[in-house]
Amino acid sequence: MADEVVLLDFWCSPFGMRVRIALAEKGVEYQCREENLQDKSPFLLQMNPIHKKIPVLIHNEKPICESLIIVQYIDEIWKEKVPLLPSDPYQRAHARFWADYVDKKIYHYFRDILRSSSEGEELEKNKKEFIEELKVLEVELGDKPYFGGDDFGFVDVSFVTFYSWFYAMETFGNFKVEAECPKLIAWAKRCMQKESVAKSIPDSLKIYDFAVQIRKKLGVE
Amino acid sequence: MADELVLLDFSVSPFGMRARIALAEKGIKYEQKLENLQDKSPLLLQMNPIHKKIPVLIHNGKPICESLVIVQYIDEVWKETSPLLPSDLYLRAQARFWADFIDKKVLEFGWKTCMTKENEAAKKELMETWKLLEGELGEKPYFAGEKFGYVDLSLIPFSTWFYSYETFGNFSMESEFPKITDWVKRCLEKESVSKSLVDQQDVYQFFGLMRKKFGVE
Repeated sequence: MADEVVLLDFWCSPFGMRVRIALAEKGVEYQCREENLQDKSPFLLQMNPIHKKIPVLIHNEKPICESLIIVQYIDEIWKEKVPLLPSDPYQRAHARFWADYVDKKIYHYFRDILRSSSEGEELEKNKKEFIEELKVLEVELGDKPYFGGDDFGFVDVSFVTFYSWFYAMETFGNFKVEAECPKLIAWAKRCMQKESVAKSIPDSLKIYDFAVQIRKKLGVE
Repeated sequence: MADELVLLDFSVSPFGMRARIALAEKGIKYEQKLENLQDKSPLLLQMNPIHKKIPVLIHNGKPICESLVIVQYIDEVWKETSPLLPSDLYLRAQARFWADFIDKKVLEFGWKTCMTKENEAAKKELMETWKLLEGELGEKPYFAGEKFGYVDLSLIPFSTWFYSYETFGNFSMESEFPKITDWVKRCLEKESVSKSLVDQQDVYQFFGLMRKKFGVE
């Protein structure tokens, strides 16, 4: 029986992008349904009644929610191709730890800096802390080509999607990630050379324009 | 070579309890080292430099951090005994979803209910959260179905907070959530759970100390 795969998504969501990359890595065909997050579809509310968020992967009509859970599911179902998680249990735990780190420690800065006015202590504080957290990731990357080692893997998928938001963050915050964390930028550019990543991540300038609209709407100066 | 296992732990931590239950379910021998979280040991800071938190499982000298990562690791390494995650991949994703839900909602709203004076909003969210969980449990003996599993393990340590919820939140878990109450009793009949959980009074005393420390009265 042919698989029926649908992805409920939003074009600039770094969480949605993670799922797109995983599906592309595995060569899985799917239907993408773009949601309007200001007016969520009854279908989304039915498929994710608990959190009411995207992404939701619907595999043969059964929904899976939460991006890292979806990526692990994809990796387990389509396991013959391009494994994203390591086969060794210790390495696998290590990968899960770092993907969890991105969610716990990195993500909220994107939200906080987006909502900070362009002057003031709050922005400076968020910037400083954000850069510190990025440096932790840079140390973890070390001299490896990818977080996974020689091969692109789970942690790379989890974090590279935020690269598309760097330009917006840098512009609002008046800083450059490359100046602080050159290895991370080199890593991101390396990932962007992969077709699965390049076709899953929208243009940074489009994201910047979108972010400007959000700030206007929130009344952030 | 015999496995060497050390668990860096803290008595009333629900996250530490998760690791204890998983190790007990698998019948694994380990050394428990209780940490003083006001004065963290050099070993803890070395084994978990990123978060500096417990639990940390140290397996043959190699650390694993974050309770749900630890539980999945234990389940994968000692896979022959008492599997915790379902073998069906869809059900496995659902189990991970609910454990993540517990981490996102039960912890935060429970903490705010017990640790803030103006706790009506937190209490409301806490009760909504437990209502959703009770709905998910349904008529099943365990969240996993017939057998105790990953979601049960992730949630049962929070039963040690019930007396604190009831005292600081002024409501009865038993009246509001009878199915959850039965499920707790059922889980406590398992030795792996009963020997891993602390008494609800211990947690209440811990909150008492924390409230004093943070000036909540």
